[in-house]
Amino acid sequence: MSVLIFIDIAEGKIKKASFEAASYGAEIAQQLGTSASAIVLGKSDELSTLGNYGISKVYNLSNESLHHFDAQVFTKLIADANETIGANVFVFSNTTTGKSIAPRLSVRLKAGLVSGAVDLPDTTNGFVVKKSVFSGKAFAHIAINSEIKIIALNPNSISVIKTEGVAEIVDLNLEIPTAKIAVQAVNKIIGDVPLSEADIVVSGGRGLKGPENWGIVTDLAKLLGAATACSRPVSDIHWRPHHEHVGQTGLAIAPNLYIAIGISGAIQHLAGVNRSKTIVVINKDPEAPFFKAADYGIVGDAFEVVPKMIDAIKKLKESV
Amino acid sequence: MELYLQSISVLNYFRNKIYKNNYLIMKILICISKTPDTTSKIAFTDNNSKFSTDGVQWIINPYDEWYALVRAIEIKEAYPSTVLHLVNVGGVESEPIIRKALALGGEEAIRVNSDVADSFYVASQIAHIAKEGYYDLIFTGKETIDYNGSSIGGMIAEFLDIPFISHAVKFDISDGNALVVREIEGGEEIDSAPFPLVVSCQKGMAEQRIPNMKGIMGSRTKPLKVVEPIEISPLTSVVSFDLPPAKAGVKLVSADHPEELVRLLNEEAKAI
Repeated sequence: MSVLIFIDIAEGKIKKASFEAASYGAEIAQQLGTSASAIVLGKSDELSTLGNYGISKVYNLSNESLHHFDAQVFTKLIADANETIGANVFVFSNTTTGKSIAPRLSVRLKAGLVSGAVDLPDTTNGFVVKKSVFSGKAFAHIAINSEIKIIALNPNSISVIKTEGVAEIVDLNLEIPTAKIAVQAVNKIIGDVPLSEADIVVSGGRGLKGPENWGIVTDLAKLLGAATACSRPVSDIHWRPHHEHVGQTGLAIAPNLYIAIGISGAIQHLAGVNRSKTIVVINKDPEAPFFKAADYGIVGDAFEVVPKMIDAIKKLKESV
Repeated sequence: MELYLQSISVLNYFRNKIYKNNYLIMKILICISKTPDTTSKIAFTDNNSKFSTDGVQWIINPYDEWYALVRAIEIKEAYPSTVLHLVNVGGVESEPIIRKALALGGEEAIRVNSDVADSFYVASQIAHIAKEGYYDLIFTGKETIDYNGSSIGGMIAEFLDIPFISHAVKFDISDGNALVVREIEGGEEIDSAPFPLVVSCQKGMAEQRIPNMKGIMGSRTKPLKVVEPIEISPLTSVVSFDLPPAKAGVKLVSADHPEELVRLLNEEAKAI
C-alpha cells in the first residue's frame, strides 16, 4: 500500500501544479502511514528536488519519445509500472494532462476517480474526497469505494509543505507502446503566465469599452507577475482571446488574488472565480453584483483608478 | 447509408478512398448530458445529500450542445452522408433536452434508461452503446457544468482502447485522419489521430445555434430509442454537499486613494 503521484514535466521542468500534487500526495501517505513515490515519464534534471516535497522515490522512464504526450501510452506505462510499485492511491493534477490520463487509468484499474479535489481526503470513515462542483458554487464530498483510488487535485487548492529531503531515483525499464496520436506542434503563448497556475490574475470586462484600452490590465498584470483573464462577453466579441475567458463556461480558476476591472460579476462569471482567495473589484457601478462577492473594492472609473494603483505598487516594490 | 464494418483497418481503408472523392461517410456519436441552467440557485436537500431541483430549469450541458453537437452538425453539413447519433444516460425527464438536441440537428437518439450513478457508470453505459454502433468519432463536452468531472471522454476511450483528445478548440478531417487543436496550459497543441477517436470539446469548436421551427417540428418524429442499462457497479458515491462560506463583506476604498487598496492588499491580505 502506497501513494503514487504523477509528475508532469514540460521541457524538462516540473510544473508548479505537480509540486502541489507531490506535497498533497505526501500528506496523504503520512495520513495513511505509508510512503509517497512519484512517477515521471520523460527526461528531467529536477527529479531529486521532489524530495523537498515529501517524495521518497521517483520512478522515471526518461525516453525521448515521451516528450510528446499521448494519454493512452502514458496510462499503459503507469499501470505497467504499478505492477511492481503496488500503489493503491494515485494523485494527479487536475490539468489538461491529468484530465486526459486519470479517467483512463480509472477504467484500466477499476479505480474510483475524484477529479477537482480541493482538500485532503477524510480517511476516518472510508475514503472521502472534497471536490469543487457546480463550477465552484458548491463542494461535494465523494466516497471512493474501490480498492484503488485516484484523485485529481485542482491547482492552487492546497498549501505546499516543503521539507528537506532528496528523493531516490529509480529507472523504469518498460516497453513503450506506439502512440496513435501524433503531436504536430505545441504553440506556447510566450511570456504569459499560464492562467490556471497563476497566483495573481488581473481580469477585464466590458467596462473597459474596447480592446484598445487593455493596456491598464496588461500593465498591472506585468507589474504583479500576474496572468490576464477576461469575462465571457469580452471573449465572445473577440476583444480578447477565448483562452482568457474565466467563468462557468470558460476556465475555473483559484488564484491567491483576483482583480476584476470593469466586470459586473454575473453569476456565471462568479462561478469561475469564487474560489480565489482574495477578490478585488474595481467598477464604477456601485450596484455591480460583483461587490457582494469581493473582499476589497473601489467604486470608480478604472481608467483613473488603475494607473494610480500601478504607481502605488511601483512605489511599494521600490521600498522593499 | 451506414457502414457496418467490423475491422477498423478496413474502415480506414475505405474512408481514405471515400474521402479522396470528397465524400465522407462517418458515424458520429455525441454524448449529451442534462444539467441545471447556469443561473440556477444551488441548494441541497435531504440533509445536504441531494441537489435541490426545486424551480431548476434543465438544459443540455453547454459544452455538449454549443461545441460538441454543433461541430458535429457542421461536419454533416460539409459531408452530408455523415450519421449523427445522440446518446444520453438519464431517466424520462431527459427527453425534453434530447428532443432539443434532435431539433438542432441530431438524427437519432439513444437514451440509456438509468439514473446517473457516477462517471465510471455513465462512461460504461456509453462505451457499451459505442461498441455496438461502430462509431468513428465520439464527441463529448469538456466537462459538465454540474459535477465538473471531465472524465467521461477519457473513460469511454479507455473502455474502447482508442485515442482520446481532450479540450479540443478545433476539429477537422484531413486525409482520413482527425486534425485537432487542443488547449493546454499556456498554449495549444496540434494533434493528428486516426479514427476511431474520442474528442472532448470546448469553446472555439463552434458557435451556439438556436433550433429553427423546421428543426423543432421534425424533432418530434425523429427516432428516440430507449435502452436498459448494462449491469455495472459505480466506484464512487456522493456523501454530502456543502456551500462555500459566505464572504465577510467587501471593504470599500475611496476612488481617490487607490494606494490605500495597495496597502491593504500588501499588509492585510498579504496578496502582493
